[in-house]
Amino acid sequence: METSLEPPSGPGSGISSPASSPATGSGIAAVASNSPVSDVRRFLLARGNSALADRIFSLLMLACAASIFCIVAFIASELISQSQMSWHASGLAFFYKFNVDPQTGLPLFWDPVNGVFYALPFLYGTLVSSLVALVIAVPLAVGVAIFLTEMCPRFLRGPLAFLTELLAAIPSVVYGLWAIFILVPLLREHINPILIDTFGAPLVVRLFGWTGLVGDNGLFGGVNLGLGLLTAGVILAIMILPIIASLTREVMSTVPHSQREAALALGATRWEMIRIAVLRNARIGIVGSIILGLGRALGETMAVAMVIGNTAEIHRSLLSTGHSMASVIANEFAEATSDLHRSALVEIGLALFVVTILVNGLARLLVWAVTRSNPVRVN
Amino acid sequence: MKAAIQQNRMRNALRAATDHLATGLAILATLLVVAPLFAIFGYLIYKGASSLNLAFFTQIPKPEGEVGGGMANAIVGSGVLLAIASCLGVPIGIGGGIYLAEFGRGTRLANAIRFTADVLNGVPSIVMGIAVYALIVFREKHFSAFSGGVALGIMMIPTVTRTTEEMLLMVPNSIREAALGLGVPNWRSVLSITLKTASPGVITGCMLAFARVAGETAPLLFTALGNQFWSVSLNQPIAALPLQIYIYAISPYDDQHRLAWAGALVLIALIVIAVSLVRYVASRGILKGAS
Repeated sequence: METSLEPPSGPGSGISSPASSPATGSGIAAVASNSPVSDVRRFLLARGNSALADRIFSLLMLACAASIFCIVAFIASELISQSQMSWHASGLAFFYKFNVDPQTGLPLFWDPVNGVFYALPFLYGTLVSSLVALVIAVPLAVGVAIFLTEMCPRFLRGPLAFLTELLAAIPSVVYGLWAIFILVPLLREHINPILIDTFGAPLVVRLFGWTGLVGDNGLFGGVNLGLGLLTAGVILAIMILPIIASLTREVMSTVPHSQREAALALGATRWEMIRIAVLRNARIGIVGSIILGLGRALGETMAVAMVIGNTAEIHRSLLSTGHSMASVIANEFAEATSDLHRSALVEIGLALFVVTILVNGLARLLVWAVTRSNPVRVN
Repeated sequence: MKAAIQQNRMRNALRAATDHLATGLAILATLLVVAPLFAIFGYLIYKGASSLNLAFFTQIPKPEGEVGGGMANAIVGSGVLLAIASCLGVPIGIGGGIYLAEFGRGTRLANAIRFTADVLNGVPSIVMGIAVYALIVFREKHFSAFSGGVALGIMMIPTVTRTTEEMLLMVPNSIREAALGLGVPNWRSVLSITLKTASPGVITGCMLAFARVAGETAPLLFTALGNQFWSVSLNQPIAALPLQIYIYAISPYDDQHRLAWAGALVLIALIVIAVSLVRYVASRGILKGAS
């Protein structure tokens, strides 16, 4: 029974080792002095009563933890098996091919009635709306993070952090509701006319016409509906702002104070200190948080589905309507007309799954690299 | 000499101006971020409060185009869905958190699980919906409340796991050692000492996950589907608050828009209460009762 007592281990492993040893140790002492029992019974008392329960318990907890792997495997296998039909029908061409409409001569990507299923406009819509979101959200988020960590008076810090947290907790469908009734009219009446006038001004067209981004066929040409890729991008920006801001703040607060003090001691102004000491040291983590925001923007469904306009077309103008990968699934899946239609939608979902896994994995690795290891850099 | 001093002074003035400009831009960014929040809450309260009445909580939706009606079935439906989700997500999530914090600390397997949980957290909810559709709805050939609850429950697991782990890691080792030193078996020490010490934090973590899935619409679109009538059967399509808000928001009727705002206000109120509670408990620290 002496052998059942384990040598004391380090503080880290002490938790994970079976705890039966001290318990049974005292139990044996009591048993041995009071009553004559057989060696077998003594052995059972020593090892049996809690060692088995501990084993079962730890295995049960392991099973719970391992269920996370199972979920990922299950999602992947279900998506792959359900998208087989579409994959066999068009293969990789699913993501870049299109038919030409015989009557209008325009490209035809997606026509459930006639069984045409190519996903290019959805990739385009997701990518463009997410990029618009990043262009708007990143400078604002980094600005907020700088303000909160470096400039903010102490009494404002708590409430502001709480407000950004609230922004993250609002459900997607409420953002969509707000966007339909407030943001869309606002953009249509006030913001879009300014953009159209600026980018359509004769001087701008003469100077930048060669880029193809200005004028009637440019980024801000065409019909001003209020709905469209730009609106989707704006609402996405509002939604991913708190994510990027809070992670950037976290990364910035891991920069050691000695770095800031060193910069200030060399005579830097506050902004120079932020640039040299904080942003330089935290840049990998900031990139990580931006990518994490991108991952969220790519998969955001409801708000986008409510304002993007839901047309499977590709236009250069950001004011034109479009469709994103998530929004087409949300709109059409429950009412899919044929098995091929449903299978094509699942294949879009599979693509979304793979892309978000890659993007999120990359972002997590970057954020971890900064917050886990010592972020101090000499150069 | 004089020119050099002049030049130096110019440069310092420029640096100071840049500094002021940066400060101003940071403040402007903060204002621009806070503005939509106030705009959203302002409109929610303005539009939602004027449409909230008793009928909203007691009646089921009227047929399209008719004035009046409420969302009683959607509120109850959300409750049913969240109950199923919690039964699935909370125990498994807490178990996973216990494994990460108590048994697998520092091991390669635990790191892999932690990483997978974080990545799974970022998987779009609509993908979760398709997967559960394929698993349950496709096999049973009909939409059901059960499948919606499962989809939400799966979404809760990674969040609950990670917050439970974080909270358990905050429990000092001396408490564990004291329990083990008194002869308590490890499983009891984990359940009734460590987990209990961390319980305020764990509960708030669960509430956070709960609040997050309470507003989820995308995974319910083709699992729970929505329902215009009373139903609490797990085998039938069921209404849910976020689904109903979505359907009403894109409908052409003014009266349904009104109901959508009211529903959104109720949903947001629930979520804000949960988040504030979480913040309150977190600010008190989880160990107040223990130490």
